[in-house]
Parts: sequence; C-alpha cells; structure tokens
Amino acid sequence: MATTLAEADETVDFAARLEHVSKSFTGPGGQQLVLDDISIDVAPGEFVTLLGASGCGKSTLLNLVAGLDRPTAGSITTDGRPALMFQEHALFPWLTAGKNIELALKLRGVPKPLRRDKAEELLELVRLKGAYGKRVHELSGGMRQRVAMARALAQESNLLLMDEPFAALDAITRDVLHDELTRIWAETGVSVLFVTHNVREAVRLAQRVVLLSSRPGRIAREWEVDIPQPRRIEDAPVAELSLEITEVLRGEIRRHGQH
Amino acid sequence: MASTETTPVQDAGSVEAGLDALETTATGRPPLRQTFVNKILPPITAVAVVLVAWYVLYPVVDDPTKLPSPGAVAGAFQDAWLKGDLVGYIWTSVSRGLLGFVFALLIGTPLGLVVARVKFVRAAIGPILSGLQSLPSVAWVPPAVIWLGLNNSMMYAVILLGAVPSIANGLVSGVDQVPPLFLRAGRTLGATGVRGIWHVTLPAALPGYVAGLKQGWAFSWRSLMAAEIIASFPDLGVGLGQLLENARTASDMAMVFEAILLILFVGIAIDLLIFSPLERWVLRSRGLLVKG
Repeated sequence: MATTLAEADETVDFAARLEHVSKSFTGPGGQQLVLDDISIDVAPGEFVTLLGASGCGKSTLLNLVAGLDRPTAGSITTDGRPALMFQEHALFPWLTAGKNIELALKLRGVPKPLRRDKAEELLELVRLKGAYGKRVHELSGGMRQRVAMARALAQESNLLLMDEPFAALDAITRDVLHDELTRIWAETGVSVLFVTHNVREAVRLAQRVVLLSSRPGRIAREWEVDIPQPRRIEDAPVAELSLEITEVLRGEIRRHGQH
Repeated sequence: MASTETTPVQDAGSVEAGLDALETTATGRPPLRQTFVNKILPPITAVAVVLVAWYVLYPVVDDPTKLPSPGAVAGAFQDAWLKGDLVGYIWTSVSRGLLGFVFALLIGTPLGLVVARVKFVRAAIGPILSGLQSLPSVAWVPPAVIWLGLNNSMMYAVILLGAVPSIANGLVSGVDQVPPLFLRAGRTLGATGVRGIWHVTLPAALPGYVAGLKQGWAFSWRSLMAAEIIASFPDLGVGLGQLLENARTASDMAMVFEAILLILFVGIAIDLLIFSPLERWVLRSRGLLVKG
C-alpha cells in the first residue's frame, strides 16, 4: 500500500519494483480507476519506456514511483530516492544553471567546497561547459532540458524517471537529445524509466517497451528491443518495430470508440 | 561505404553546439543615445509641458492666493534652502518614513508568511488584511493620537497600520502564485518542510513580495503625510506634512505648492532610487522583464 525505499544495507537486484499497483481517484462520477494492477521491474542499469495514449495514467504512475503520491493498492519499492525530470524543465529561474545543479547537490548533502566542481562536471557531461553562470531564460529549450538532466543526475539516484521530457522540443533538438540521453545512460549506468506517447521515441531509446492500455491503465504488452545502440530514429529496424507496436496501440485505442 | 557511415554520438555533439549557437541571442546594453530618447526625454517633455501650461494659466487666473507664479514657488524653495531648512524638512519626514517602513517590513513579512502557509490563520485574518488595504490610513490618526499622544510613536503607529497589510498581502499573493511545478521539482530534489520554504517557496514568491514592498512604501509615505498634516505639533520637528499645514495656516500659496512638490518628489525619488531598481533586478534576473 505504500512507496518504500529499499534498506541501505539490503542488496537489491532492481532499481524499481512495482507489484500489483492500482490507483484510483475520487472524481465526480465516484471512484475512478486510473491504474489497474501494474507490475513492472526495472533492473539496475536498464532503460524502460512506458508507452501509451492519453488517459493511460503514465504520469500518475511516475508520480507514484517518485513518491509524490501513494498507490491505492499494491507496493512500489525503489533503490534509493528516484530523480524526476518533467516535460517542462522546472529549473528555478532565480538561480543560474550552475546554481540549480548545486542546489540539488546541497539538498543531497554534498559539502559546499565540492559542489562547484561537481556542478561544472555535470554541465560538461550534458555538453554545456561554460553555461554555469547563465540564467535559465538565457538558454534555449534544448539547453534548459539538458541543465534539467544535469540537475536530475546531480541527485546520483539509481533511477531516473522521465515524464515526456522532450515532448515540447522541436524535432531536430529532440533527435539530438535522444543521442545525448543514450550516451549519458551508457556512461553513468543509471536506470531509466521513460514515459512517452511517441512510439518511435520509445523504440529509439529503450531496451524494453511497456505498452499501457487506457482507462484504466493496464499493461497491454511488452517488447524487448534488441536493436544495437547507437540507433537512429530513422533506422529500418526501429521503424519496423515501431510499426508493429503502433498497430497494437491503435487496436487498444479503437476499443474505446466501440461503445 | 565508410564515407557514408556516421558516428551519431560525435555527430550529436557538434550538431548540438550549432543548435545552441543558433538559439542563443546576444543581448548587450542599448547605446546611450537610445536610453536618452526612450527613458529620459519623455519625462522631461512632460515636466516642460506642465511648466508651460502653468505660465499660461497664471496670468489668466490672476490671483496669487489661488495660483502662485512659478517664480514665487521657486522663491519659496530658494528661501528654505538659504535658511538651511529645506534639508531639515526633508530629512525629518524621510527618516520617519523609512524607519517606519523598516518596522512594517519586520512585522509584515512573518505575518504574510504565516497567513500564506497556515490555513486557519488565513481564514481568520486573510480577508481583514486585504480589507485593511482599502481603509485610508488617515482614519488611524485620531485613535493613534488618543492612544499614544502627539509624538513620534503615534506617527510610526500610523505608518505601520498603513504599510503592514500591503507588505503581508504582497507576500501572500507571491506565495499563492508559485507554480506548483516548482514545488514538485523541489520535493523530488529533497526540499521538503522548512528547506522547501527556504529554497523554493520564498525565492519563487520574491516578485510578489517586492511588489508588496513597493506598495508598502507608497502607503508608508502617504500615512506619514496624513499624520504630519493632522497632528502637527511644534515639538515634533517640522516635516513636509507640517510644512504644508503651516503654509495653509499662513495662507502662503507658494509655500503650499513648495510642500506638495517636495512630498511628491521625495515619494518618487525613494521609489526610483530603492524600489524600482530592486524590482527591475528581481524581474530581469528571472527573464520576466523584456528590455526595450
């Protein structure tokens, strides 16, 4: 019934474990079931995308894993507190790019003398060397999302939750950030649970794609993606698998128009 | 075959650098001439228009007890300056006004924070606090005189009653307007409880708070002038309000104009020197103020 963190001395073989998770909200028409019996394991270092159409409760699910909300039934266990990236960059505009990252370090308990270097290091990781003193509004959309990524990585969490982080970016920038995310994921070994409604994006990035049905959100099907990285979104195998998944997704959506 | 192969990872880095360069625009200071034309010339023109209108109207009205000549008002300023009283008038009022404002700040800030965060307190005194803003602070002068007598404490009491609601309300609306996304982001970063207030809520509420301070100063100054005009008493020292009241008793219209102009100038000067730069700095550093 709760979101729990695994004990520090406990060795776990997962970054996140969701067991029979359900969530309902009290709406105008009584109890509304949003998520129904979701069980997912994210292995350490694994990249999983959650794919679904509107109303599948993807964002609700991420909020539950992030500990921002509690499941109605079932349990969620994570290896440490997860980091979360939103569709909007959610950077604090009163701080510079560097200070945003330093705040994350500070809240994690990193001593002051180490913060500056660590922040510069993270900025270099997202290829924003020299952006330390930049204000948020001075950065482009893609740069903001990279700073947000650096801030999330500053938490040194074993699990990075991403809630459609590239949905608001233009196609060219999004494409470049896919490459960056793949590179950073490989370099840091962080586990990623990535939510999207973009099938190609899901296939481009993930090792495993989990398709959710809508209203309520249930696991419809899962695919292992064994296309070697680096991939491109235009690659034929990516397109092929995307097509297959899209067909299933459309079938799921169609059911809602039939009554 | 090898020539057509791309290495996406390295490629990404250089494409990214190009995108960053394309999407960042350099902003510099505008040239001095442009600043003059856009910022300094318009107010000078407005003042010149008023002066010209005054010169034209003066002979038409032809009654120095109603409308003194610009020269007579300038003479009144000159007299006060030569006697060495001018700076004294201004300082008496400004020192009272600023000290009263600092007290109002020290009381209004924690009050605003409590009203914003504690539901019970908000329901209890929130509406009264907003309502107090529409009560003219001059209404507080008679009770303040009765409670505290004709002295400086009474002046400070009137300033406080005028400015504290503005400052507190500014902070309340600042806190109310903090985007929920910031609070969620703060919580995932581990900023909960007091750390959340300190690192997220307060800095996010700063623009509303500064707007409240600006309004709080305007209310402080107005309240003080009301108190000085109504409760003028020789032992209190002559501030700008007393100057106005003395001029009225002496039926010296040039001095009345002098006092009114001084009250206006001081109010504007404090705002221009302290509050406007503070507000601009807060807004500009967040990209909320577009230059030009």
